[in-house]
Amino acid sequence: MREITYRQALNEALAEELARDPNVFLMGEEVAEYNGAYKVSQGLLERFGPRRIIDTPISENGFAGMGVGAAMVGLRPIIEFMTFSFSLVAFDQVVNNAPNMLTMSGGQFNVPITFRGPNGPAHQLGATHSHATECLYANIPGLKICTPATPRDAKGLLKTAIRDNNPVLVLESELLYSSKGLVEPEDFELLIPLGQAELKREGSDVTIICYAQTVPLALAVAERLENEGEISAEVLDLRSIKPLDLEAILKSVSKTHRVVVVEQDRPFCGVGAEICYRIQKEIFDLLDAPIMRVAQEEVPMPYNERLEEAVLPSAEKLIAAVQEVCYT
Amino acid sequence: MQPPEQRDEVEMLSMMLLIRRFEERASQQYQAQKIGGFCHLYIGQEAVVCGAVAAARPDDYLITAYRDHAHALARGTSPNACMAELFGKATGCSSGLGGSMHYFDKEHHMYGGHAIVGAHVPLAAGMAFASKYRDEDRVTLCFFGDGAINQGAVHEAMNLAGLYKLPIVFICENNLFAMGTSVERSTSLKEIVERAEGYDIPGTVIDGMNFREVRDKLGEIIDSIRKDSHPAFAEIRTYRYRGHSMSDPASYRTKEQLEKFRGDDPITRLRAQLTREGKLTNEQFDRMDKEAKETALASVKFAEESPEPPLEKLYDYTFVNGANS
Repeated sequence: MREITYRQALNEALAEELARDPNVFLMGEEVAEYNGAYKVSQGLLERFGPRRIIDTPISENGFAGMGVGAAMVGLRPIIEFMTFSFSLVAFDQVVNNAPNMLTMSGGQFNVPITFRGPNGPAHQLGATHSHATECLYANIPGLKICTPATPRDAKGLLKTAIRDNNPVLVLESELLYSSKGLVEPEDFELLIPLGQAELKREGSDVTIICYAQTVPLALAVAERLENEGEISAEVLDLRSIKPLDLEAILKSVSKTHRVVVVEQDRPFCGVGAEICYRIQKEIFDLLDAPIMRVAQEEVPMPYNERLEEAVLPSAEKLIAAVQEVCYT
Repeated sequence: MQPPEQRDEVEMLSMMLLIRRFEERASQQYQAQKIGGFCHLYIGQEAVVCGAVAAARPDDYLITAYRDHAHALARGTSPNACMAELFGKATGCSSGLGGSMHYFDKEHHMYGGHAIVGAHVPLAAGMAFASKYRDEDRVTLCFFGDGAINQGAVHEAMNLAGLYKLPIVFICENNLFAMGTSVERSTSLKEIVERAEGYDIPGTVIDGMNFREVRDKLGEIIDSIRKDSHPAFAEIRTYRYRGHSMSDPASYRTKEQLEKFRGDDPITRLRAQLTREGKLTNEQFDRMDKEAKETALASVKFAEESPEPPLEKLYDYTFVNGANS
C-alpha cells in the first residue's frame, strides 16, 4: 500500500482502463490539453493521444449524447462533467437516453457509459454550482451510482464503473480531490464492486450512514464522540447509492439499533429518505429510536460563507442528531 | 431479367407501397383501439427514407425520431415485427417495450426510434464518432424533422460533427410542420438548410417527393463522406398527408395545400417514371400493391395472435448483466 491522493487514484483508474481496453475513451471539457479542470486527467493526452482523450466545446447535452450513441455501437465512453451541476444541462441524455435504451429496445442496446466528475457542494460556488445530484439520478431506473469517499474507493469504483455494461455515474467530490489515503500498488488490479458498502469504523451504540463528503465528517464525529467517552458510533460508508447495500445497512443497524443518516443532498426525497424507509420496513422492531437525518437545509445554496456553512451538514448537526437517537 | 438499378427502383417502389399500406392498416387498428399511446404516420414522406436507404449501405448507421415505422421497414425489419410492436407484443421489434415511437432493430442497423425531439441527434454524432474512432467507412444517416431544428441538442451535435469532421448526414425531413406549428411560425431563418452554414457543414436541398432525386443526391453526399470523413446536411422537402399524430385533425393547414402535395405523390411519381420508361407495367404495379396490402393485413393477424411480453420479465431489461472483464 502507498499513500496517494483521491485525484491521483482517479487518474490511475482512468489510465489503467484506457491502457487495458482500446474501446475506452475520455471526453469532456478541458480533459485533454488543459489536463482536466481539476487535473484528474493529468498526463492522459500525452500518453494516449487526441484520438482517445478528447476536448469538447461547452456542450454538455451534445457530448453526453455522443457518449450514449458511441456506447450503443460498442465503444465504452467516459464522459467527464466538469461538475455534475453541469450535467443538468445534459439531464435528458443522462435520464432519457442512457438508462432507457436497453428497455426501449427490448434488450437490444445496452449503454456501457461512465459519467463522472465532482458532485455536491464545494466551497462558496453559489446556487448553480453546488448541486448534489445523487437523489435526482437515484430516482431513475437503469442508472448505477457510486460515491467514493477515499482514494482507494475512488480508484476501485471508477475502474469497476468503466467495465460495467450499464450506465454508471461516478460522483466524485471536489473537496476530496486532494485528500490522501492508502491504495494498493499500481500493478494491483483494484476493483471494488458496485453496491457494496464498507464499514469504515466499528461501533456499538449507533450507526452513522454516510457517503462521499459526509464520510470524513462522520468519521471525525465518531472519533470525537468516542474521545468524549460518550457514544461508540459505527460508520457505514455506502460507497454506492445504487445498487444500495441494504444487507450491510441492516446488519449494522441490527447491532446498534439506532441510526443517523448524514447525506450531502437535500432532505426532501433525498437519499436518506429511501434508507429510512427500507430500514423501518425490514427491521422496525429492532429500532430503539426514530431514525434521524442530517442533510442540507431546504434552500438554494447561498454564496456567503457563513450562510453556506449553515446549509451544509456539520459536526454540530450530526452530533446533535446522534445524541438525539441515543437519548443522551 | 432487369438490370440491377432498375430492379432496385421497382423494389423500392414496392417498399414505398408496403410502408403506405402498413401505415394505413396501423391507422385503422389505432382507431379500433388495438394500438395504444401515440402513433405518428409517415404517409406522404415515403420517398425520403426509401431514397436514403437505396443510397446507403445496409451497415450504415440509421437513426431517426418518433415517426419511425417507415425507417425500420425500409431497413428490412419485418412488417410482422413492426405491427406487433404497435400492439405491444413480445414479437415486436422492441419486444413490445418500445411502442410506435421506439422501434429498434440491431440486426438491420436501425438504431431507433427516439421520441424526445432532437435528443437523438447527439447520439447519431456519437455513432459517427465511433465509425471514425474505429477507422470504419460507415456513414451515419440521422433523420429528424423540421421541428427538431430549433432544439439545442441538434445544434450542439452539428457543431461537434463539424468540429470533429464526423461521417454523418443530417437529414432534415422538412414536412413544413413541427406538430401543428408551421416552419413559418417556428423558425426565424426560413431556409432551414442555411443553418448548416453556421457549422461549416455543406447543405443541400432535395425534393422529398422525388425518390430518384433523394437517392441520387444523398448517394453523392454519402460517397463523398465515405471517401473523406465529413458531415453534411440535407434538407429534404416533403409533406405528411396525415396529422402530426393520430389524434391531430390537422386543422392548421388548408385543404388546398394538402391536395397540392397529394397531386405530387411520391409513389405515383415513381410509378409514372418507371411506367414511362417501360420498366413497370400496370399489372405489375397492381400486383405489388395487392401484395403490400396482404402483407399489412397479415401483420395485423400476426400481431393479434402474438403473445404479450411475459410479466415475469418485467425487471429483465433495466440492467444488462455482467461486466466487460
